[in-house]
Amino acid sequence: MNSVAKHCIFNGHAIAAIYKFEMARALRTLLQSVVTPVITTSLYFVVFGAAIGPRMSQVGGVQYGAFIVPGLMMLSLLTQSIMNASFGIYFPKFTGTIYEILSAPVSSVEIVIGYVGAAATKSIVLGLVILATAALFVPIQILHPFWMIAFLVLTAAAFSLFGFIIGLWADGFEKLQFIPMLIITPLTFLGGAFYSIDILPPPWRAVSLFNPIVYLISGFRWSFHETSDVSVEISLAMTLVFFFLCLGVVAWIFKTGYRLKN
Amino acid sequence: MTYANTAEVRAASAPARAGADARPVIAIAGLTKTYASGFPALKKIDLEIRKGEIFALLGPNGAGKTTLISIVCGIVTPSGGTVLVDGHDIIRDYRAARAKIGLVPQELTTDMFETVWATVNFSRRLFGRSPDPTHIERVLRGLSLWEKRKNKIMTLSGGMKRRVLIAKALAHEPEILFLDEPTAGVDVELRRDMWALVRELRAKGVTIILTTHYIDEAEEMADRIGVVHKGELIVVEEKTKLMKQLGKKQLTFHLQEPLASVPPELSGWRLVLKDGGRELEYTFNGSEEETGIPELVRRVGELGIGFKDLETRQSSLEDIFVSLVSDRR
Ligand SMILES: Nc1ncnc2c1ncn2[C@@H]1O[C@H](COP(=O)(O)OP(=O)(O)OP(=O)(O)O)[C@@H](O)[C@H]1O
Ligand SMILES: [Mg+2]
Repeated sequence: MNSVAKHCIFNGHAIAAIYKFEMARALRTLLQSVVTPVITTSLYFVVFGAAIGPRMSQVGGVQYGAFIVPGLMMLSLLTQSIMNASFGIYFPKFTGTIYEILSAPVSSVEIVIGYVGAAATKSIVLGLVILATAALFVPIQILHPFWMIAFLVLTAAAFSLFGFIIGLWADGFEKLQFIPMLIITPLTFLGGAFYSIDILPPPWRAVSLFNPIVYLISGFRWSFHETSDVSVEISLAMTLVFFFLCLGVVAWIFKTGYRLKN
Repeated sequence: MTYANTAEVRAASAPARAGADARPVIAIAGLTKTYASGFPALKKIDLEIRKGEIFALLGPNGAGKTTLISIVCGIVTPSGGTVLVDGHDIIRDYRAARAKIGLVPQELTTDMFETVWATVNFSRRLFGRSPDPTHIERVLRGLSLWEKRKNKIMTLSGGMKRRVLIAKALAHEPEILFLDEPTAGVDVELRRDMWALVRELRAKGVTIILTTHYIDEAEEMADRIGVVHKGELIVVEEKTKLMKQLGKKQLTFHLQEPLASVPPELSGWRLVLKDGGRELEYTFNGSEEETGIPELVRRVGELGIGFKDLETRQSSLEDIFVSLVSDRR
């Protein structure tokens, strides 16, 4: 009665199912997922762009309003990738519905592609919504669109992976909030989202270089304005390193069954 | 409750009945599980499930039934031993093994905001099958869920949620179905439906492994019964044999006047006097056709032995465990 096992090598249906499930979750709260970033971005422009901007006028030859756009996008991209992905995998663990994923003929790679792919998609869309909102306030120039998209996708994927790890590790809802709120957000603010680290006194500039997010923002900003705090090659390398680091940790987690299986 | 059309059932049931298939559909050998807490939940389980049979796992709370099922389904990692599902190792060849299995878990764990339709279709694809609305419709209709297909799961009653879990497990047309306490907290009607469904699936050739605390359920449904006790499989037996061996019943006469000894006229029955001769107790086999009770009651009356009350008692699952465990020690 059954003709199983044509798919013994790769279960594409499962990826599609998980991806669709996760996207449906976002669509249920579509209004919230779109309206929130639009309002927040507008607020940032009112505060930084309109109030502080005129006094700052230009950073590295770029109008201040336009200068902060990549930083603003990164801020949301980083925190939302983590939140989306961590919640996506934590919730089934919390409710127990994870039993079905664990009992299905899916590999860990397929599970990761499904969950992380959906989380990354959501934050990329979010980034683009922020970009569109920003365009209402300031003229936007993107000198290297290919690299802009590349950094956007790579960063979304890397931080969604990171969020997935947090979701696997977390054993309570507060832990889901902890890292994005208490670590990523401050690091992003200090990482030059709203200023160039060149304006800092040399000792603080040196300290800033230990903040990995500096590299992400710098590379992303380069793709817009060709101005950067560190060289774009280093930025790219750091983003890739972070991506593969997360990938390695996820692989280890699935191999050992850490916090997934008894 | 019609799960499949009858022609299909008839076509598939012939080989299933013939079912003395040589190779077991599940072969468990030397399976052990010690949880991280150090608790040994399973101690060297060996068990073979035959293709097309209904196998009931009986055992008290904490015996290890769910642990055993969870290992076969890939949810819990075994500490030792092997499990083959239709010849496929559950670890090395997990895809082929898991694709054949459907699981209805003990706990009611469902999504909340999804619709019934979405969640059942999700399950099918998760198990690697291409979408098949006709099959899903058949499953939902068979479980009386069709009218509820557009409802969010959280709006359903507990019994309906359990049906949803069954529908999810059947969505990918599994060859083996695990039902972990399918009738716990379920009303009489759903329980009857569930049994009907199990029979229908069996007629289609699906192998079914269920756990239960109710001995009458095992008696009603199962071809074979395995008894789990403290992580050990202490008995695996054809139901009819097990019931003969263990399903004891007792009939007690509460006498008006104490008897000094069992009258010789009644020696044809296994009778004992208890409570200082005030109770006459007849122990018989619950599954016997001929219990001899009417005859016994008549003879007692003829002998002029007066009794105030009659009481029958069936040996409970607990009694059976006690007798099994004490037999082993
Ligand atoms: N994750 C776990 N960590 C530690 N011990 C566990 C874990 N899961 C189960 N156990 C223990 O293993 C034993 C067997 O549990 P299991 O759930 O398999 O029993 P069961 O036969 O299904 O019981 P029930 O009839 O109550 O469902 C129990 O003593 C239980 O406390
Ligand atoms: Mg159990």
